[in-house]
Amino acid sequence: MPVATNPYGMPSKFESQLLRRESPGLARVGGASVSFAPLQGLFGIITPSGLHFERHHQGWQDVDPTKHRLMVNGSDDSLLKKPKVYTMDELMRLPSVSRIHFIECGANTGLEWGNVAVPTVQYTHGMLSCSEFTGVPLKTLLEDCGVDYKKARYVLAEGADGSSMTRTIPMEMVESGEVFVAYGQNGEMLRPENGYPLRLVVPGVQGVSWVKWLRRIEVGDKPYATKDEAVHYIDLLPNGLHRQYSSIQECKSVITTPSGGQTLVAKGFFNVSGLAWSGRGKIKQVDVSFDGGINWQTARLEGPIQNKALTRFNINWVWDGSPAILQSRAIDETGFVQPSYGQLRKVRGTKSIYHNNAIQSWKVVESGEVSNVQVL
Amino acid sequence: MSRFSKTILVLALFGASTAAVAFDNFKGVGRQATPAEVKAWDIDVRPDFKGLPKGSGNVERGNELFEEKCASCHGTFGESNEVFTPLAGGTTKDDMKTGRVKGLSSGELPQRTTFTKVATISTVFDYIQRAMPWTAPKSLKPDEVYAILAYLLNLQEIVPADFVLSDKNIADVQKLLPNRNGMTTDHGLWPGASAKKGGIGNGGKPDTKNKACMKNCKPEVLIGSTLPEYARTAHGELADQNRNFGAVRGTRTLGPEAAKKAADAGTLDLATKSGCMACHGMKNKIVGPGYNEIVARYQGQTDAESRLVAKVKAGGQGVWGSIPMPPNAHVKDEDITTLVKWILNGSK
Repeated sequence: MPVATNPYGMPSKFESQLLRRESPGLARVGGASVSFAPLQGLFGIITPSGLHFERHHQGWQDVDPTKHRLMVNGSDDSLLKKPKVYTMDELMRLPSVSRIHFIECGANTGLEWGNVAVPTVQYTHGMLSCSEFTGVPLKTLLEDCGVDYKKARYVLAEGADGSSMTRTIPMEMVESGEVFVAYGQNGEMLRPENGYPLRLVVPGVQGVSWVKWLRRIEVGDKPYATKDEAVHYIDLLPNGLHRQYSSIQECKSVITTPSGGQTLVAKGFFNVSGLAWSGRGKIKQVDVSFDGGINWQTARLEGPIQNKALTRFNINWVWDGSPAILQSRAIDETGFVQPSYGQLRKVRGTKSIYHNNAIQSWKVVESGEVSNVQVL
Repeated sequence: MSRFSKTILVLALFGASTAAVAFDNFKGVGRQATPAEVKAWDIDVRPDFKGLPKGSGNVERGNELFEEKCASCHGTFGESNEVFTPLAGGTTKDDMKTGRVKGLSSGELPQRTTFTKVATISTVFDYIQRAMPWTAPKSLKPDEVYAILAYLLNLQEIVPADFVLSDKNIADVQKLLPNRNGMTTDHGLWPGASAKKGGIGNGGKPDTKNKACMKNCKPEVLIGSTLPEYARTAHGELADQNRNFGAVRGTRTLGPEAAKKAADAGTLDLATKSGCMACHGMKNKIVGPGYNEIVARYQGQTDAESRLVAKVKAGGQGVWGSIPMPPNAHVKDEDITTLVKWILNGSK
């Protein structure tokens, strides 16, 4: 076949199985739902843009970039000297950065707090993706508008979806230079479902704060208690209190091959492979167990290991055909060790919905079938 | 929240003073937002009610508005669990006194409603104003938002039936919310300054402390939960959600009969989403012919599939009567092919 038969190349026709999928019964309104990334068949750390997970709060749209504007203002005029409006033309003239970061929904693995509920890693961990994002540090824009960092300690980010979704972000993260307004994703523009033409990147923080179709940034002296930080995205504890402004995605890992809903093709050698990440920095070590957590071996990390990015790990395994329970346990650069289900439930109960970073277990039986189990 | 007059004043002052921090660093990039633009976009309302618009509304007016604009999704009494989770219910008079919803810890609460969770009424005002109604966000005037909120507060038995909610008394109402004392920020998941340093939370201190044990870490493996059989099959044919080559295969969870049924259900869903089912029945004419009639007409014709694909794509008139079928440019080519194959194979 000649060149440019497909002017925008697509995957082979033999690759039709790996798709973003919804979990039946999870949400009743498509515009406020989730589609999960097929982690069970992905390699390396970059999520193909077309398979990046989706979570919308009031639908998605394909915003005309020539009409899109970003406004920067202050909750009070004393916090910011000059409120400004930027066009995409203008934002793309500014000094840019390109960085690889993971994004994980705060509710990822949320279905599994109480018990095993879903069969595959797509549905247990698929609200997770990782891309190279390109854009302008938010600090650059705030300083261009004359922000007063002494008074303005919080940022409100607002999207251009139906609900003009909003979230509060700490100014410390902006001042450090790590928060940026992104237009690029994996070498091209953001995909419409992921916020085209502009979204916020808040490394290490749950996806809801990475506001899509970003249209306004407000600096303020107090947090905002928006709907998605006062009614949803609050973590219910056993004592009836809800944790508010819980944002960091703590250290976590999962084996993606082999994983639930798969069957090993034969006995013998396998490369067991998975992903590790931490909202507090780099991954330092990943250990893998084949006996349900009695003994552990350290896996190989594929470098370069990056800050608040997915890290791919691999380990050799010879399957002798007997039952096994596979687990992975990540450690980040702060020394934090990913917890077991038992440890996590002891402090947070089973109704938290959000921030489940427990060790995932996959049980292998004699037939080679792998299924989702929870080891305490 | 900026106000028109204040903005003018500050800008005048600014013009007369020298800037302490260098800004406007990028010549020709960005322009000053006009006060009218800021006013139009900056509608957020904070827990201290900064940004709250002036206005008022009573329970009765709220009831009318709710019936007209909200009840189709939320139910007349905010009780509906059909489209979204319920807004009202789940709290007691005692909760109002303590400011803690007891059902959240006792396990007596089957499902959390908005009012069993929310500690700040500003949140609900802000969200109704910016996001509701679902199909026409930001179409409500401030007085209408006050009225709807007054109705919800009355449903929740926080205010009486003759109550008028306004910018003057909303802060007092916030102090009555049944879960007003139900939030904690004493955790390590806030990525900014700690409460001690004027921010939120404990400064990032984790609440679990696992150790990286490597050998003989425990005497036995305790399985807490395994995948229930219904959950194994609830996500469709897992064999079709993995490659058919490589180190693993997707486990066949449904079998060929069930897989065909699931595929049929998926295609019916596609037909519904694509708008086909509005005019065509499976076994009956609606506006256009039933699928059974189409099968009957095209049976045995080798080019039936390609002809039908072209017809669905471009639309047509005259084959089945005078009512035209509109072109279906919004449906992807491969979806049209799937739908036509499904119809010709005796759609189910």
